Amino acid sequence: MSSETKQILTTDGIPLEISLKKAERKNKIKAFLLVAPLLLFLIITYIFPIGEMFTRSIDDKMITNMLPKTFKSMETWDGKELPSEEVFTSFLSDFKILVEKKEHGKLAQRLNKEKNGFNTITKKLFRQVKRNKIDETQSIKEQIMKVHKRWRNVEYWQAIKRTAPPYTSAKYLKAMDMYLNEDNKITQVSEDRRIHRILWLRTVEVAFFVTVFCFLMGYPIAHLLATLPMKYSNLLMICVLLPFWTSLLVRTASWMILLQQQGVVNDFFVLIGLVSDDNRPEMMYNKVGTYVAMTQILLPFMVLPLYSVMKTISPSLMRAGKSLGGTPFVAFWKVYFPLTIPGIGAGCLLVFILAIGYYITPALVGGASGTLISNQIAYHMKTTLDWSFASAMGLMLLGGVLVIYWLYNKLVGVDNIKLG
Amino acid sequence: MALPKYTETRYRIWHYFYIAICTFVFIFLIAPLFVIFPLSFNAEEFLVFSEGMKNLDPDAFSLRWYKDMVYGTKNPWGLAAKNSFIIAIFATLGSVILGTVAALGLSSRHMPFKGIIMATLISPMIVPLIISGVAIFFFMAKAGLAATHTGIVLAHIILGTPFVVITVTATLSGFDHSVTRAAASLGSNPVNTFMKVTLPLILPGVISGGLFAFVTSFDEVVVVLFLAGLENTTIPIQMWTGLREQLSPTILAVATCLIVLSTLILISAELLRRRSERLRGINR
Repeated sequence: MSSETKQILTTDGIPLEISLKKAERKNKIKAFLLVAPLLLFLIITYIFPIGEMFTRSIDDKMITNMLPKTFKSMETWDGKELPSEEVFTSFLSDFKILVEKKEHGKLAQRLNKEKNGFNTITKKLFRQVKRNKIDETQSIKEQIMKVHKRWRNVEYWQAIKRTAPPYTSAKYLKAMDMYLNEDNKITQVSEDRRIHRILWLRTVEVAFFVTVFCFLMGYPIAHLLATLPMKYSNLLMICVLLPFWTSLLVRTASWMILLQQQGVVNDFFVLIGLVSDDNRPEMMYNKVGTYVAMTQILLPFMVLPLYSVMKTISPSLMRAGKSLGGTPFVAFWKVYFPLTIPGIGAGCLLVFILAIGYYITPALVGGASGTLISNQIAYHMKTTLDWSFASAMGLMLLGGVLVIYWLYNKLVGVDNIKLG
Repeated sequence: MALPKYTETRYRIWHYFYIAICTFVFIFLIAPLFVIFPLSFNAEEFLVFSEGMKNLDPDAFSLRWYKDMVYGTKNPWGLAAKNSFIIAIFATLGSVILGTVAALGLSSRHMPFKGIIMATLISPMIVPLIISGVAIFFFMAKAGLAATHTGIVLAHIILGTPFVVITVTATLSGFDHSVTRAAASLGSNPVNTFMKVTLPLILPGVISGGLFAFVTSFDEVVVVLFLAGLENTTIPIQMWTGLREQLSPTILAVATCLIVLSTLILISAELLRRRSERLRGINR
């Protein structure tokens, strides 16, 4: 028998298999078209710009755009002795264009970051150019070298060449308090300037401890909410949900009031005699404030997933454990606790991810020691306008979050995210 | 939670200890919200309870900060509130429409690449806000939408849709698809089926997703700080500047209003959740 005769045909005479596949494909396209508008919108306005952050972070085109001719002529320079007349000539013509556009200050700033001392000599060169002191009919190399002795120093020309590569890991190294030195080796910045590593460590430390505190406080109340009769637990649930729905800034403001030196918490401590009235402890503008406020703000994110998991655990399991001879503690530890692990995973990773990107609350109640890496990103975005550096730090943070999220997915599964 | 009579003393002690811990945590969660209430009626300028307030002296209380909030000279709150509401309403509408349609597609069993698409759609919720802020700012700056209402609305749609997608897909997971087939067999076209059959059934999920989107937009400060110009100031921006510069009682008056608003939102969200559970036949 040939295979054709075995095929089942639909009423139109088309083989059923093909007809089904066609219908299936149609359904697939239909489903996809429903998702398409949002997907497209997010890809254009969100996913793509995140990708753009990456190109920005490795692409320090600023300097190559400023000195195009110089870098062209520098290509043949071996970088050991002073460059040729040609390099000096093209540098001067690039520089003149910059002076016309009034961008020579930007160049000086950028070069000074690469090697100290460029500020002065660029200014000197600027004055010479402004007064038309440089005679183009004579050797330009000689004239520039006369402007300042540093222009005769080969190290400064090497520094210019070093800024040339269009793709650079400099911003990432900077975020780790490192840089490429003259010999292209990764070196650490001097100890008193290692600020970023402190910030990374502090960010992870704050996120970790906030997660621990949230777990320690969230677990008992989630358990209570899950075991109490519905009419009581619904009432108590409001205590969790109301903060959850309340503005972050409102909650931060209330902690600022509570924790100030004349605030309610200190009043209470004085009242119960824990501290004397004239010796009230400083609880705000330091880590205490950050921890307290962030724990309260993120606690609902711990309680809700825990609660939804605990709600599904039948109380008869605990009773069975006890009836089999376990003490309540053993029954809890061997029976109940392992069953809540999915909830613990979800809650902890949710809180950790939220805490690691936190910025508003630490900035308001944390004082100087409350500055986290997010504050630094915001600072470079808004104040120094070093967007490529901000992008580099942002992507490093995102990398960390994605690793955590991947773990979360492995352990708990994305579909288990529950909202209230 | 009454204990059985035969409970040993050490478990009795442990039980009371546990209740004490829970009480402390509940107070820790809710008390900060209540501290703002009385202080916003303070007649004085200081943010501490005055002697008069402690003795419940009526003269120690006043509405002066509420008056300042509404009528104060050079007052930013009016404009901020107007902007906040306009932005939040449009952002909610956008998120709800885009999110619900996407959720319908996602919960179809024919959907290809479901995992990766779902991950993309909810990514704005997982990526730390500061990074979203930077990325969205780059886009809006390039598109010429920085410091415009449109730009902020679009940004808030990005941040709000994941909530709608999640709540609506959750509602649809308990949805009986035979009702739409029944409608189709009775001659209804897909749009009509959606409006007359599907939408009324998933409405609680849609609205509660919308509430999430509204609150997200209304509270959002990180992204808006990058995007907003002077004309686009919102309540969170004003609060942020106020809290950074000096903590004035007017902020507490605003905060009290916000707490009242969030209470209303909480109540509606709870009612909707219960209605949704009833409709989906989940009885607990």
